[in-house]
Amino acid sequence: MAGWGRTNKQSADEAKERLKLVLIHDRTDLTQEELAVMKNELLAVISQHVEIDPDGVRITMKQEGREQKLTADIPLKTTRRRKLG
Amino acid sequence: MAASVVTITSGKGGVGKTTTTANLAVALAEEGFKVVCIDGDIGLRNLDVVLGLENRIVYDLVDVVENRCRLRQAMIRDKRLEELYLIPAAQTRDKSSVSPSDMIRICDELRNEVDWILIDSPAGIERGFRNTIAPADIILVVTNPEVSAVRDADRIIGLVEAEEKGPVKLIINRVNPALIKRGDMLTPDDVVELLAIELIGIIPDDENVIISTNRGQPVAFEAKSKAGQAFKNIAKRLKGEVVPFIQLDDKGDFLSKVAGLFKQGGD
Repeated sequence: MAGWGRTNKQSADEAKERLKLVLIHDRTDLTQEELAVMKNELLAVISQHVEIDPDGVRITMKQEGREQKLTADIPLKTTRRRKLG
Repeated sequence: MAASVVTITSGKGGVGKTTTTANLAVALAEEGFKVVCIDGDIGLRNLDVVLGLENRIVYDLVDVVENRCRLRQAMIRDKRLEELYLIPAAQTRDKSSVSPSDMIRICDELRNEVDWILIDSPAGIERGFRNTIAPADIILVVTNPEVSAVRDADRIIGLVEAEEKGPVKLIINRVNPALIKRGDMLTPDDVVELLAIELIGIIPDDENVIISTNRGQPVAFEAKSKAGQAFKNIAKRLKGEVVPFIQLDDKGDFLSKVAGLFKQGGD
């Protein structure tokens, strides 16, 4: 392991990245695991109605001011793509 | 003018709440205001030693609450400034000796007599914190540019928002330009982005704070110290003045141009 100040990433950047994640979970009272379970359940419900392109799915928790925002970007397979695929 | 009640809080201990309270009290009193500061940390009295008033305590906050003295009798007048007073905490009692409604009552009694009431909150999120938040018009959250302090500050801001108190403003204390330059300290911008509340002060890490605390002479009395200037600037912002924030140049030093602005503002 590299010594202090010798890592590729500056320690302040690491602090900021770690804090971002910690604050999301502190504010929403959701652990990483709970968030993963929620994402899977969400996708399962949507899949009952439409076909999802699983490779394009992005579900993220974002900070907007003091608000937390759950953003889901879920590409759907179109009828035409389904026929061809 | 009815006084504004300003509560200084942080969540985490040791980030500089008491130092901030003492220095803002001095800086506001130097601006000509009548200021009372209240030590809200029952059982862990400290604002008295930071202000250098520890030998003059007769009555304390709990004596007022339990009607052993009048409010006036518990107000220690600072001899260095005409209009600066301290109401010390009790040292031998615990936080349950005071309730949020006691604090509201005491502040209401003071509001028409002074311009500013500053309350030093204890660390933690328990009863003592709730006592000091209850009467507040403005809440100043003090943090350091470190993960633990920023995390606790976020928790405190959340609790204050849940109580629908505020506005909440941020003071970032012990900012070290050399560490920032090396990439080893969160910048004030980073902290503001993470916590997403309004900034009211950046206090540089300054050994004069320790020296002045040793002497019981708050650094805001020292016109030349960087930290003292930064506290004076917060006092000016509290009264509504627009004062630019310190900036770091590419060597990690505080910009001398801005230091020049400080001097103009500090006179």
